[in-house]
Amino acid sequence: MRALTVKGVHIDDTFAEAFGMRATAVIITADSIRWARQAALTMTGFATSVIGCGCEAGINGELTVKQTPDRRPGVRVLLFAVSTAELQKQLQGRVAQCVLTTSGSACYAGLDGEEKLRLGSALRYFGDGWQISKRLGGKHYWRIPVMDGEFVCEATTGLTKQAVGGGNLLIMGRTAQTTLAAAEAAAAAIARVPDVIMPFPGGIVRSGSKVGSKYKGVRASTNQAYCPTLRGAVATALDPDAACVLEIVIDGLTSEAVAAAMGAGIAAVTKLGPKHGAVRIGAGNYGGKLGPHHYHLRDLLP
Amino acid sequence: MKPLVLTLRGRPDQRLDLAPLVPHRLAGLTAAEIEQIELQTTRRRVVVGDVFRLRIGEATHIRIEGACDRLDRIGHEMTGGEIIVDGDIGARAGRLMTDGRLTIHGSVGPWAASGMKGGAIEIFGEAGDRLGGPDAGEIAGMRGGIVLVHGRVGERAGDRMRRGTIVVEGSAGAYAGSRMIAGTLVVVGHTGPLPGYLMRRGTIVLGEGSDVLSPTFIDCGAHDLVAARLMAGFIGEYSARAAKLFNRPLRRFAGDMAVLGKGEIFAGA
Repeated sequence: MRALTVKGVHIDDTFAEAFGMRATAVIITADSIRWARQAALTMTGFATSVIGCGCEAGINGELTVKQTPDRRPGVRVLLFAVSTAELQKQLQGRVAQCVLTTSGSACYAGLDGEEKLRLGSALRYFGDGWQISKRLGGKHYWRIPVMDGEFVCEATTGLTKQAVGGGNLLIMGRTAQTTLAAAEAAAAAIARVPDVIMPFPGGIVRSGSKVGSKYKGVRASTNQAYCPTLRGAVATALDPDAACVLEIVIDGLTSEAVAAAMGAGIAAVTKLGPKHGAVRIGAGNYGGKLGPHHYHLRDLLP
Repeated sequence: MKPLVLTLRGRPDQRLDLAPLVPHRLAGLTAAEIEQIELQTTRRRVVVGDVFRLRIGEATHIRIEGACDRLDRIGHEMTGGEIIVDGDIGARAGRLMTDGRLTIHGSVGPWAASGMKGGAIEIFGEAGDRLGGPDAGEIAGMRGGIVLVHGRVGERAGDRMRRGTIVVEGSAGAYAGSRMIAGTLVVVGHTGPLPGYLMRRGTIVLGEGSDVLSPTFIDCGAHDLVAARLMAGFIGEYSARAAKLFNRPLRRFAGDMAVLGKGEIFAGA
């Protein structure tokens, strides 16, 4: 399976297998980028995996004052879920508990789309009758009186059914430090790609899972084939010199965005090289039968 | 695109109803057919050919040249396209229009934009009373779209307005925004007595204040609101002067407490 080497980094001739998802985006603004980011971080906390969190969410990038509806600094947040109903539930709950509550924040649609999810039109009831509807041109906003003034929230945001979840890279190295350096470089490169997020902490996950478990009722469990401490005890996927594996999981609004992000990640890891970074890049799949989207690493080389 | 041009031959001896001269009603008609359209409002028959010189062109773009204040109902129920008028016109311009653009290089009479549902009206001169207001017996006035008046407007601008935006760069007469149901009315200049009289919801912004504010409006303090930034951004596409009003903290008066009291008047703090 090991076929390619780029700048001394081996790249497996394999593919990442990803799934169709429902996704939406919101723009959060505040008086300063610090507080816009704070609202977004709070909203996207505990949103690493649909398995346990209901949705996967992350910050897609910062917006300048020229890019936001109210001319204040902002961030764009993407949310992914397996169904429209769950996405609506997660969006509503997270904006209500995390953005509405943040000092000076406002929340707007971050995605156009024929189909809509309720945003302000669901949260307006917090206004208890004092909420104010404001239509300006084609936009519809709700103004909800709160203790620091008003929380302004666009009535709806767009929904896409073309989103893809589960694009991934497995980054393998000789030490934990160099592997983390490679994974950080990849995460930093992918953070600049539009329309994608990496839902895990800092964009990196160290506990890649497989489906099922020996224990009844446990839906996902550790992927022993990639655990370096079990290398001699199980059917391993690791080389004899591998001491650490870190994974980057990518969700994107489109399949093209996921492919671009994986390409950017591979380019960053190979640029760092095997001495200071990773020695091998792989990808996770389920044999190709479960997910409709396949991203072959050989097609994404820099 | 070559517009369809109608040039008034002279001041007509009766008021004329120009409601048929809108893009969707002229689409596909020949010059001869257009010239036979009746415009009279009395028993004496008047057709387009009697009062206008017609230069045929695309009916989506209509120009009316040499207009006078006896031309009523220009842009009536307009659904798209554009009408540009040179000169003053009469009553009910743009009434019930749903889309498109109506531009008047002159002044308009009463009930301009009455019951308007969408589209844009720009008036370079003045507008008469009841801009955007309801016709007799109607519950709501303007229901959408945007009206920009560069000059002054008469009494009761935005009467019973339900949705949409009116921007007045000049001054406004008495009772601006009276009985507003919702929507946005911005007056850059001075406003006559009792703006927002019996308004239920909606927003009125006073650039230079008003003669008398009803005691049924309650001072809620000066605020720097995000909503003001959004309004400035939207209105700025039409009027830089009006957008500037929002670049300062605004004092919010809630009212009219004589009725529902969920409306607001913003004035300089």
